[in-house]
Amino acid sequence: MDLQFTPEEQAFRSEVRAFLKDHLPPALAAKVRAGQRLTRADQEGWHAILNKKGWLAYHWPKEHGGAGWTPIQKFIFDDECALAGGPRLVPFGLSMLGPVLIKYGNEAQKKHWLPRILNGDDWWCQGYSEPGAGSDLASLKTSAVRQGDHYIVNGQKTWTTQGQHANMMFCLVRTDRAAKAQSGISFVLIDMKQPGVEVRPIRTLDGDAEVNEVFLTDVKVPLENLVGEENKGWTYAKYLLTYERTGIAGVGFSMAALEKLKLIASRVQKNGKPLAQDPQFATRMAQVEIDLNNMAMTNLRVLAAVQGGGVPGAESSMLKIRGTVIRQELLSLIRRAMGPYALPYIEEAQFAEYAEPPVGPKEAATAAAAYFNYRKLSIFGGSNEIQRNIISKMILGL
Amino acid sequence: MNFELDADRRMLADALGRYLSEQYSAEYRNQTAYGSTGHSAETYAKLAEIGAIGALFPEAVGGFGGEGVDIGVVFETLGHHLVAEPLLGALLVGRAITEAGSAAQRERLEGIVAGETLCALAHDEPDNHYELNRVATTASKSGDGWVLNGAKAVVLFGDQAQLLLVSARTAGAVGDEAGISLFLVPGDAAGITARGYGRIDGGHAAELVLTDVRVGADALLGMEGAGHALLERIVGFGLLALSAESLGAMERAKGDTLEYLRTRKQFGVPIGSFQALQHRMADMLLEVEQARSAVINAAAAIDDDDRVAREKALSAAKYSVGKIGTLIAEEAIQMHGGIGVTWELPLAHYAKRLVMIDHQLGDMDHHLARWMALGA
Ligand SMILES: Cc1cc2nc3c(=O)[nH]c(=O)nc-3n(C[C@H](O)[C@H](O)[C@H](O)COP(=O)(O)OP(=O)(O)OC[C@H]3O[C@@H](n4cnc5c(N)ncnc54)[C@H](O)[C@@H]3O)c2cc1C
Repeated sequence: MDLQFTPEEQAFRSEVRAFLKDHLPPALAAKVRAGQRLTRADQEGWHAILNKKGWLAYHWPKEHGGAGWTPIQKFIFDDECALAGGPRLVPFGLSMLGPVLIKYGNEAQKKHWLPRILNGDDWWCQGYSEPGAGSDLASLKTSAVRQGDHYIVNGQKTWTTQGQHANMMFCLVRTDRAAKAQSGISFVLIDMKQPGVEVRPIRTLDGDAEVNEVFLTDVKVPLENLVGEENKGWTYAKYLLTYERTGIAGVGFSMAALEKLKLIASRVQKNGKPLAQDPQFATRMAQVEIDLNNMAMTNLRVLAAVQGGGVPGAESSMLKIRGTVIRQELLSLIRRAMGPYALPYIEEAQFAEYAEPPVGPKEAATAAAAYFNYRKLSIFGGSNEIQRNIISKMILGL
Repeated sequence: MNFELDADRRMLADALGRYLSEQYSAEYRNQTAYGSTGHSAETYAKLAEIGAIGALFPEAVGGFGGEGVDIGVVFETLGHHLVAEPLLGALLVGRAITEAGSAAQRERLEGIVAGETLCALAHDEPDNHYELNRVATTASKSGDGWVLNGAKAVVLFGDQAQLLLVSARTAGAVGDEAGISLFLVPGDAAGITARGYGRIDGGHAAELVLTDVRVGADALLGMEGAGHALLERIVGFGLLALSAESLGAMERAKGDTLEYLRTRKQFGVPIGSFQALQHRMADMLLEVEQARSAVINAAAAIDDDDRVAREKALSAAKYSVGKIGTLIAEEAIQMHGGIGVTWELPLAHYAKRLVMIDHQLGDMDHHLARWMALGA
């Protein structure tokens, strides 16, 4: 057994660290650390910086503009980025559509869309879920009917993250209504700027509006925007969900949250001493740190197993459950550390531009909102219940 | 033994519940609770008229209740309807006056019971973490009155309260129990600046800064320097009220979730047919029943002369609802799936309130430690 990173991996880590030090804008890192809301420009700016370095699509093969890294390298990169306060990369084009096009798209589609993803010409969103099709995604109803050289699409998508920014949506539609659930679905690319597409924001409980409903009424989709074969969309959709799961545990984000928690607990006072010395709070912090270390090691074990190629299977469900629960616990502790200052909620203070002095500790402005917002972690991307179903079927054979 | 409410209390609960069901819709609640003042003057007046405030006080001071059960019934009903009105302030300040007020001070109770005087307890400070003894605000003698200086944190409706109950140090060092005194201060007294804001769970609060705030000798409530015991006593009423409110909110969150499990279909069946959710729903029920028992314990103990027994029951209740309320909030959201994190769903606001109750008057860690420290 050798639990050390190889010298090459350590050198790679130093290289990433140095790059982040020089190129991650401090104002952006400060926003991320403070849990403030990011603008579209923030995201685009960071993507452009990484693209220039050739590190944006780091999970694509080299021939398509990827970095050609090993799973461990990707892990190191994610880890360092999160610790440095780098924002999460918007995954829709990069981690979801990109790999699908690379594997199943035709030459014209690859040539057209992949460079545009890298350059940030398109902002993609994911049109999978519908009001009646959540965990049971295969029951989706949005229909696409062939008419000459295009489809006519009708239906409603929901929970479309950042759909308000998007000009393109990759979408699952039903092309064969007679076929059984999974077999009549196709994967199409829809231009959001054309008539018949209406995006309505959904406000979340913390006051944010990052998700949307998308109404599709007689939307024309040229046949050239069909990815792969008609009625085979479920295969591509599944591939998309399982392809890139190295980052699913969110180890880096949790490590960064743990650091933040420790800093806060060293400052906030309880009974005349730092909260970090309160026996109960200290116990909770210790427990979550141990859980996190165990999960980080589990993550590395999974990655080492796939280092030689292939993708993690049902193990990623394990990482998703643990990773989200730990991250939610960390956010919960940060909220709790605020004491009564978890109550105030000033909408403007969610943004970096807020110039007033903070109410309470400066972290209090976003602590409770972040806790509530991130309840989503255990719901989206296949809820934790669905992940448990996968584990019991695929790993346990029950 | 009999756990049924008696006829008078049943009537009050029914009247209150009926009014809130009819007039206090989720939409109206959110409009007012997240609106510019965080509450509705109209609703507050109506609650007073129905008797919800009077029920919190004994007959001797113009109320018609004041026992633990009364407080429990009122706040459970408020919790059930997610009421964001300033009744907690009325309870805390009104009970302080009831317990320790002079005849002249007791005259203020009429306006409180009538819902005309908005009240707030101004105790927490930027550097305390739920501790009752950590008072840095000072009150020094000046002529036959007092001058107050300091800062108060997250004072519920502190930007609108007409009557503030302010804890201040008249002797001793920050952290001492002895030397704390309580003062009744008009909300608009010269020298008070309030920075008001909305709360994440609805309603308002404020940061107060007191700069040379002058009050008369008659502002002192109870004995000089002996405010800690009085503070503990009235916070005890608050613990009971918040615990009962939490219980009411949990019941509702539980009910809504159960209903959702029965109606939401995925994979062609109601999601309630999945055992993974059935067992968790069963646990929710079981936990809520434990919370109910904790609240009953606390309501029975509120007037117990044995301080240790009383305070342990109160801390036990607040610890229990802190823990259970958070669990119910998180489970209810999770079992609703995506819809559970939306503003549109009433349950989401219940969840926020349930979690935020743990941030008022001491969280579960605070009350567990206190329970242990109180000894046998
Ligand atoms: C903030 C946010 C962002 C999102 N972004 C996107 C996006 O960009 N694009 C997109 O397409 N979708 C997106 N989603 C949708 C997300 O994928 C769904 O919410 C998720 O799949 C759950 O579906 P549902 O909300 O319909 O819940 P339901 O499927 O109705 O589930 C309700 C509850 O039942 C449980 N449950 C369901 N089936 C079973 C079962 N068989 N066994 C045990 N328990 C079960 C669930 O775990 C959950 O607890 C987003 C969701 C959220 C909350």
